[in-house]
Amino acid sequence: MKAKQVSIFAENKPGRLVAILEALRAYDINIRALSISEGADFGIARMILSDPDKGAQALREAGFTVRETTVIQKEMPDRPGGLLETVAPLAEAGINIEYFYAFLEPTPGKATIVFKVSDPDRAEEVLGK
Amino acid sequence: MIWNPQYETMPRPQLEKLQLERLQALVARVYEKVPFYRQALQERDLTPESIKSLADLSRLPFTVKQDFRDNYPLGLVAVPMDQVCRVHASSGTTGKPVVAPYTANDLRMWTEVMARSLTCAGMGKDDVMQNAYGYGLFTGGLGFHYGGERVGATVIPTSTGNTKRQLMLLQDLGTTVITCTPSYSLILAEAALEMGVDLRLSKLRLGIMGAEPWSEQMRAEIEAKLPIQAIDIYGLTEVVGPGVSVECPHKCGMHIFEDHFLPEIVDPATGEPLPYGQVGELVITTLTKEALPVIRFRTRDIASLNPEPCECGRTLVRMSRIAGRTDDMLIIRGVNVFPSQIESVLLEVEGVEPHYLIIVDRERHLDDLEIWVEVSEAVFSDEMRKMEALQQKVKQEMEGTLGIGARIKLVEPRSLARTEGKAKRVVDRREL
Repeated sequence: MKAKQVSIFAENKPGRLVAILEALRAYDINIRALSISEGADFGIARMILSDPDKGAQALREAGFTVRETTVIQKEMPDRPGGLLETVAPLAEAGINIEYFYAFLEPTPGKATIVFKVSDPDRAEEVLGK
Repeated sequence: MIWNPQYETMPRPQLEKLQLERLQALVARVYEKVPFYRQALQERDLTPESIKSLADLSRLPFTVKQDFRDNYPLGLVAVPMDQVCRVHASSGTTGKPVVAPYTANDLRMWTEVMARSLTCAGMGKDDVMQNAYGYGLFTGGLGFHYGGERVGATVIPTSTGNTKRQLMLLQDLGTTVITCTPSYSLILAEAALEMGVDLRLSKLRLGIMGAEPWSEQMRAEIEAKLPIQAIDIYGLTEVVGPGVSVECPHKCGMHIFEDHFLPEIVDPATGEPLPYGQVGELVITTLTKEALPVIRFRTRDIASLNPEPCECGRTLVRMSRIAGRTDDMLIIRGVNVFPSQIESVLLEVEGVEPHYLIIVDRERHLDDLEIWVEVSEAVFSDEMRKMEALQQKVKQEMEGTLGIGARIKLVEPRSLARTEGKAKRVVDRREL
């Protein structure tokens, strides 16, 4: 299914992640999943939040540059070959994954992947909701 | 040694008579040939006949850098193109350069003042001059080149860069005079040290340096690290290029070749002429140039003038070291950079906000330009490669416009201090 991801631009220096986390805690927002992509001078923090709209607002108020992006969130079995089965249909359909991260579900045997593709509608069709 | 004693040691009353004659001829020429000047003179109810003494100079209109931009490329030119032998150009403020055409006579005059300059600095026909100024549109390379040849020296046109090769040729060809920017001389000194080359064993004895601001402390450093006398030379594209003025070995100010370049110091705020000795903006009128005559050009350089005769025998007025600028122009690696240029580049890159900070530093004697650019939501992407592409695009556009390399650092919004009114855009950490 489609989900709203909140991405944050942060300079690559001590204290920036803390500032992001403080902004979210102040609004009582939980981070469900998080990935950070790093460049030489800056990084991009990508998050799945308990309340993406409120979270984005909180971060903007704290002065961050924020972008909300539609990503695909898909549950998958937490066992050998589980990820392969989940993403193989995308490859067959010629859909490229821009970036990707995963987290375990509280339910045993389940994990969730989050990924960005150029065409989320088609990806959703291929993977099934 | 004096290259042209007739003009360089002319008694001042005689020199002033010559200047007046030339000024009158200049005003008549631009009135007839250059619509821009005719209009400016008419607006002040002036005709060529209005110039009766040198004091009347202050009645003439100023020419400013913007006038070159407004009349780009050749609106201020006073001769037909078929009389133009060469064109140089300098970096402009909005991507448009200042175009400087020369007639055959202009080139002869330029070569003459460069021959005088090099001689004044202490160079002669027996010298081997290694010219590490950039060859091309920049006036430095060819200006020094033809001056060196005119003096009769051996000229090695190495141009800029390739420091190892510079050092090899310097030793192997017995270079006695190096012509380059002051900062490059220190790069040479450092490279020699790293390569284990002892330049005290070379024949090098003199450096003739300009095209960027430097100080007495920097001269002391250069003279300590290299076995040379470091001599200051001044010039600018709008006027002729290098060769407007130069120090003699007494190092007590730069002698202006006043039979060709008529200097004034004015109050930068009011434009009122200031007496000798007072510090203000240097203004130059070109007395003999044909293709691009310029009346009262506001150089934006801060200096003062001293008319006392020099121990070297020259009667020419001396200008002080450039003490600063009246505008926000930065000279980075010899290239003129205005913050407004950087702003216009950022505005051209879609979505980038013109919030920026320019940091100029001098690391290992080489000017280093870093531009911090705030990332707005309009350009922010969750994909790293798009952000890196943005960084690259800004870098390329910046280098295309400025003509020098720059490091682009993307920063968070509001990380650049906003101040009431004019934001602080430039941090110049260079210690000259």
